[in-house]
Amino acid sequence: MSEAVAAEVHGHGAVADQYEPSLTPGNSGKLGMWTFLAGDAMTFGAGIAAYGALRYQNVNWPDPADWLGISLTAVMTFILICSSVTMVEALSGIKHGNVAKMQRYLALTVLGGITFLGCQAYEWHHLIWGEHLSIKTSLFSATFFILTGFHGMHVTGGVLYLGTLLARSFQRVFTVADSNLIEIAGLYWHFVDLVWILIFTFVYLI
Amino acid sequence: MATEAAEHQAHDTHPEPNYIAIFIYLAVLTGVELLVYAMQFPTVLKIGLLVALALAKAVLVAMYFMHLAMERKGLWIIAATPILLVFFCYMMLRPDLSARAWVSHPHPEQQIGVHEGQEASGPPSSSEASAPQS
Repeated sequence: MSEAVAAEVHGHGAVADQYEPSLTPGNSGKLGMWTFLAGDAMTFGAGIAAYGALRYQNVNWPDPADWLGISLTAVMTFILICSSVTMVEALSGIKHGNVAKMQRYLALTVLGGITFLGCQAYEWHHLIWGEHLSIKTSLFSATFFILTGFHGMHVTGGVLYLGTLLARSFQRVFTVADSNLIEIAGLYWHFVDLVWILIFTFVYLI
Repeated sequence: MATEAAEHQAHDTHPEPNYIAIFIYLAVLTGVELLVYAMQFPTVLKIGLLVALALAKAVLVAMYFMHLAMERKGLWIIAATPILLVFFCYMMLRPDLSARAWVSHPHPEQQIGVHEGQEASGPPSSSEASAPQS
């Protein structure tokens, strides 16, 4: 950082190969994650927009409450919000050099993600084997399985991502300098939470 | 490298938002959402309220958990681009779908893909069913 500033001041490209993003100073990985999330948001957004457009013109769209359990999903929403809080606590821990706190809260975040996936597996099991709903049954079921399935895969990815970071933190000592890693992982995790907030409203409540 | 990053951290540490307060806001907004869901509001009002509450929650997560409020303002360009494009995507889909009336039956035993007009008014009049050419 200080070198890059010095190079700028003197007008020399002494550290020209060291990329310093202007949007996220000192953390080019954060810019990368934001760019990835913007692309990911477009995929989710296209799915939700298609769902909205299909449903808008469909007079026979079933009431989601007839098929989906709102109370279970409300609990899942709450779990995901809680896991976002544990994620920021983990970041707060490593920013203050408290590795034990980071590991504790990272583990809780992973646990929250696994609990969410367990609830979703239970819900899907009930719908597929109990209610005989499949992706081919109707537009309602197709959009439901695609949107929640795509989101569930993101939660699975997040659990693996955070689990890997947690495992790494036992292999070598994490320092304050590693808080970038946790912050970038946190961006992904909060994005998954954000998408679920939208899916919960658009697919389950409306 | 490590010391440089650590030094940078010291420079760039933005004040941490009150995460617990954000958590309480999110929990309360979720509660309000469930309340609105359970109430007997007119459909348009209900959908409007639910969408507004969901967007409020999404903005809270992006601003404070994802630290968008504390980052440089330019990062908003990246964050807002998908919203704009999704709006376009929806608007591009709408005219195509307005010309049709889909019927979906979630029960497998029921027939799938019957047009609304056919059900309501017996034999379909071909002039109505097919969209005008050219």
